[in-house]
Amino acid sequence: MSIWQYANPVKFLALSSRVQPYLWAAAVICVTTGLLWGFFGTPDDARQGSTVKIIYLHVPAALMAINAWFMMLIASLIWLVRRHHVSALAAKAAAPVGIVMTLIALVTGAIWGQPMWGTWWAWDPRLTSFLILFLFYLGYIALWEAIEDPDTAADLTSVLCLVGSVFAILSRYAVQFWNQGLHQGTSVPVATGGRTVADVFFYPLLVSMVGFGLLFLALVIYRTGTEIRLRRAAAMRARTGRGA
Amino acid sequence: MPELGKYAIEVLSAYAASLGLLGVLIGITLRRGRAAQATLKAAEMEAKKNG
Repeated sequence: MSIWQYANPVKFLALSSRVQPYLWAAAVICVTTGLLWGFFGTPDDARQGSTVKIIYLHVPAALMAINAWFMMLIASLIWLVRRHHVSALAAKAAAPVGIVMTLIALVTGAIWGQPMWGTWWAWDPRLTSFLILFLFYLGYIALWEAIEDPDTAADLTSVLCLVGSVFAILSRYAVQFWNQGLHQGTSVPVATGGRTVADVFFYPLLVSMVGFGLLFLALVIYRTGTEIRLRRAAAMRARTGRGA
Repeated sequence: MPELGKYAIEVLSAYAASLGLLGVLIGITLRRGRAAQATLKAAEMEAKKNG
């Protein structure tokens, strides 16, 4: 048994149809629990008041915005090295999910920033790198749509994904690289484990982060199936002489 | 409903915007998925008809 067997579209579709009901159920349960727990079951913060409740949306969305790009990077590398079509289609499928996560992080960040910092926006390293990441997502999606030949589109978008990864890394580590700006450092550092968030806020946040991760997975697997079916339909029509 | 105090508009608008965006994403994803299934079915029927 090798993981590469799932590069076969038929096997991928068979596996995805088996796991999707569980994945969607787990995602809905975790997102709903995390958000309801955070919204209704946590107190106000001493400094930030009730705006702390925005953390249950902002942090998971920002986390997935960056991780979605890294997933696209891995899928793009697999395409460039091994030429598996499913990996190229998985990268394509992840981009709209990633851009929505980036948009949620930017919008909730602006709404949170206004009462806390006194401004909707600042050219702060993390905010700026996130905006550039958003623009990379836009460019990536536009490039897929602009090129008719799917293999050429996969090649060029993979290269764009490699370049954009610099900004995905900057988005995550901007605060450490440039010790300036309004945005605080990471509240839940996975590597060091030295989180600055109290337990009462952390546990619902953790559930929400897991939920956003599962939702991302469910959406990407479903959308990859959609891309495979569209590709197969186009190939069938091309064979029967009607063109894609 | 929890007491959100003077930041009620900010908190509620953040939740409304985020859930709205997620709803649109899921809606578009499911609609496109169903359309793709119908397209593939039609292409398979066509291929069968043409031998």
